[in-house]
Amino acid sequence: MLTDLEKKIIALLQTDIPVVKRPFLEMAEKIGISEERFLKVLNDLNDQGMIRRFGATIKHQKSGFKANAMVAWKVDEDRVEKTGNIMATFREISHCYRRNPAPGWEYNVYTMVHAPDEKQCHAIIEKISQAVGEKKYTLLFSRQELKKTSMKYFEN
Amino acid sequence: MPLLDETNKKILNTIQLDFPIDPRPFKKIAKKLDLSEDELLDRIKTMKDEMLIRRIGGNFVPDRLGYHSTLCAAMVEQEKIDLFTQTVNSYSGVTHNYRRDHNFNIWFTFIAPSMEIIQKSLKEISVKTGVKTILNLPATRVFKISANFKV
Repeated sequence: MLTDLEKKIIALLQTDIPVVKRPFLEMAEKIGISEERFLKVLNDLNDQGMIRRFGATIKHQKSGFKANAMVAWKVDEDRVEKTGNIMATFREISHCYRRNPAPGWEYNVYTMVHAPDEKQCHAIIEKISQAVGEKKYTLLFSRQELKKTSMKYFEN
Repeated sequence: MPLLDETNKKILNTIQLDFPIDPRPFKKIAKKLDLSEDELLDRIKTMKDEMLIRRIGGNFVPDRLGYHSTLCAAMVEQEKIDLFTQTVNSYSGVTHNYRRDHNFNIWFTFIAPSMEIIQKSLKEISVKTGVKTILNLPATRVFKISANFKV
């Protein structure tokens, strides 16, 4: 179980770290603890594997990765483990998951592909399709970002 | 000076992954990149002002914090897209939402303290918008999550 102090620190770390010389001091002061204590709790959370990634989130559409496609694959269940592991090795793939199929939706493996344009997205997916020997897939290009934010855990 | 010059590219590639947990994190990064701390701070501030950097902070593992997450897909008629988007986006657990090129045209992620809350919210969304088909597709296996982009 997380302590109240850990929850407060997690809530703060989900906002935006101030771009100043001692950002953790500034955040520690907000919740009335020392910078040292703040860093110790942060290190402990990190050691426990609670933090997936700590750092800057960039707007990738602005950084040259203009096209992003979600690819949903239909993979035989007995090949999912092997296929997913191979797909994960591709640098162009940022996310790879297995999800249960649903009525009217037969796909069970999902990959997110990022590239400078759609043509290159198609080429990457073709390359991956050949590498894993899976032919049944559908591409869903994002046409509009309707919301993108980070989760606010333990708000209030 | 172009925003994405070689120095800024190096900065972005470093601070996406290795943000130091240290009293003077920017000083450490600056040293590594052979910049002064002040120049680094200025450059990062500019990239934030220009929206190249969304934020600097932690990204947590929902299930390690006792949360549940899922991906939802909805089939929404053209004239209902605005209402549906507004309704879905009003939930704080909806963190990403995209319109995509497909019959299932709206895709969003949902994080909440339990799957029951997510299911209840999806029913609510359905009632409020009249959109009947919303798939709830929680991940059963994660092969890769790596949201850093080499620039």
